[in-house]
Amino acid sequence: MSDTAVRVDDLGKRYILGPNQQGSAGYRTLRDEIADAMMSVRRRLVSRLGKRPGEAASGEFWALTGVSFSIRKGEVVGIVGRNGAGKSTLLKLLSRITQPTRGRIAIRGRVGSLLEVGTGFHPELTGRENIYLNGAILGMLHAEIKRQFDAIVAFAQVERFLDTPVKRYSSGMYVRLAFAVAAHLNPEILIVDEVLAVGDAAFQKRCLGKMRDVSAHDGRTVLFVSHNMTAVQGLCQRVLWLNDGSIRRDGTPKQVVADYLSHDVATSRERVWRDMNTAPGNEKVRIHRAYVRPSDRDREDRITLETPFTVGFEFQNLIPGARLNLSAVLYNQEGIVVLNTVATREAKWLGRPSPVGRFRSEFYVPGNLLNDGTYRIELHVVEDLNKSIFREDDILSFDVYEVAERPSQWYGKWAGAVRPDLEWRTDLLELGPTS
Amino acid sequence: MVEVKPDTAEDRELVIEAGNSERLYLRDLWQYRELFYFLAWRDILVRYKQTALGVAWSLLRPFLTMLVFTVIFGKLAKLPSGGAPYPVLVFAAMLPWQFFANALTECSNSLVTNANLVSKIYFPRVIVPASAVVVSLMDFMINALMLVGLMAWYRVAPDWRVVTLPIFTLIAFAAAIGAGLWLAALNVRYRDFRYVVPFIVQLGLYVSPVGFTSAIVPDQWRLLYSLNPMVAVIDGFRWAIIGGDSTLFWPGLLASSGVVLVMLISSIWYFRRVERTFADVI
Repeated sequence: MSDTAVRVDDLGKRYILGPNQQGSAGYRTLRDEIADAMMSVRRRLVSRLGKRPGEAASGEFWALTGVSFSIRKGEVVGIVGRNGAGKSTLLKLLSRITQPTRGRIAIRGRVGSLLEVGTGFHPELTGRENIYLNGAILGMLHAEIKRQFDAIVAFAQVERFLDTPVKRYSSGMYVRLAFAVAAHLNPEILIVDEVLAVGDAAFQKRCLGKMRDVSAHDGRTVLFVSHNMTAVQGLCQRVLWLNDGSIRRDGTPKQVVADYLSHDVATSRERVWRDMNTAPGNEKVRIHRAYVRPSDRDREDRITLETPFTVGFEFQNLIPGARLNLSAVLYNQEGIVVLNTVATREAKWLGRPSPVGRFRSEFYVPGNLLNDGTYRIELHVVEDLNKSIFREDDILSFDVYEVAERPSQWYGKWAGAVRPDLEWRTDLLELGPTS
Repeated sequence: MVEVKPDTAEDRELVIEAGNSERLYLRDLWQYRELFYFLAWRDILVRYKQTALGVAWSLLRPFLTMLVFTVIFGKLAKLPSGGAPYPVLVFAAMLPWQFFANALTECSNSLVTNANLVSKIYFPRVIVPASAVVVSLMDFMINALMLVGLMAWYRVAPDWRVVTLPIFTLIAFAAAIGAGLWLAALNVRYRDFRYVVPFIVQLGLYVSPVGFTSAIVPDQWRLLYSLNPMVAVIDGFRWAIIGGDSTLFWPGLLASSGVVLVMLISSIWYFRRVERTFADVI
């Protein structure tokens, strides 16, 4: 089996969640530990009396369970799944950052992981110094870095700033340099996590090109984790779909991605609050329900670039005669406001007093407007057309997927906050000169 | 955890399994030796960036402490100096003490300050605290030069005993690593130790014979006093540097060395036991 690069058998990883590890503090103090030790003595006594072993204790969390697969040398494998499905844990186990609780991993060849580019960069050091430092952190030998130095600098395009501390770099330069070092690591097995989320479009394009070269020309194995389905489909030969810590599907990119997208309906696309007292709102207004759905629900379930969709809110007005209207702000992943829409065209309600009762307010978003990505909606309830009386930051979030195949060989994220399908017209004005 | 079956030079298999211990830790350590240099190099480079006085800070701090101690213990309290000039007496002790204190502080915080490395990249974790201790050796060297200057000023000439200095330096080094590894590992899990370390260092300065000679400790308590590993180191430094008629207190030296050895071995044992969980808890 010498052509197997990675073989994983029955892999499992358990995390113990203490009260503090879930909370904001993130670490434990001695006091917690002493308190826990007391608890565990009690638990042990109790469990000896009744419980069967193997029963999942509370505060235990299996990030991965029973994961088995093997990857051939030179294969490019995509790993998809929602946040929290265990993708990062799997990569951490493969790159030996953390230990498995169960199971076995056999790896043939050097593993290079780009879990987060720029790890170990020191802001006070110059670009040149950081190249050496970061190379060493990623496991390169001094001689190797020296040999690759010029290629790294050329790839990152930072020649002029080599002797400037990186804290003076623009964020683009910083990311380019970080990725350049990592990309020249030349491992037999390359683990890539979400690199496409960084850098500008031109740089992403080069990163993807580099990844393709690595696998196609050098015959290296690549494990690629991404939320960018276009890139996954374009680059990978095989895709693993992780769901709740185990492999849900393993197959060709086309099948698995299509399956994944149709099942992966984000839960926050519809939210219902049944208890009026805890629903978002205040003494003037309460929200009952909020949803995002494709306008033509029979035709499709997910929202793609082309899908027209509807965003709606149901709310209870508690003040007789209040003059209310809604305002929704749409943010993209980068936290940029894509648009703000206000119900100003409804003459029936606008500026008119409304009775106490339950209302539904919807707006329609045409297809071919938003770019692909994750969006969130912030809702404002406005009184008298100018006073925001209630605001909910994260009332809904949803994904816009790109599924249609692109005509080009380029799979990076399409630039821009919006992505309208604009009409182009090209005419031939004059032939020649003929020489 | 790691088992390597050599196949060909570049095509070896790495097996990661749950539970079993890392058999090839030393080999990994060797493979990542350059990271050790680079981390130390980084910390040295960064140390005095954007400071006006730069390396002078390494000299200034012990020098001022020495002045204060000389005035308080030598001039005001009039403690005996055993014939040597009081500033030399104090500085011969400041040298190992500052090294130990700096090394311990840097070492115990090292894993937490490098948390981003620990949680994102694999390498033998012991590299981080070890390189932190090495950085403190830099200051030690600089201070040693200052001591030479001070001795020249007071015309104190060392005799043959000065060649034993590396032995005492080694004990100080082992003590710093031993205590540092314990504290670094504990600090990952319990941030309480972040507050314990400055306290140890502050208290240690007065408990250890830095401002005075350990000769003023009553004989019946001398052995107990030597359980503080820095007592033997400081006494040793004075014995080796100042010379004169001071003698080495052998039972104390052995007791201190024993404590250091136990600390060092137990710290490596503990560190190895918990280091695989660092990425999960840091």
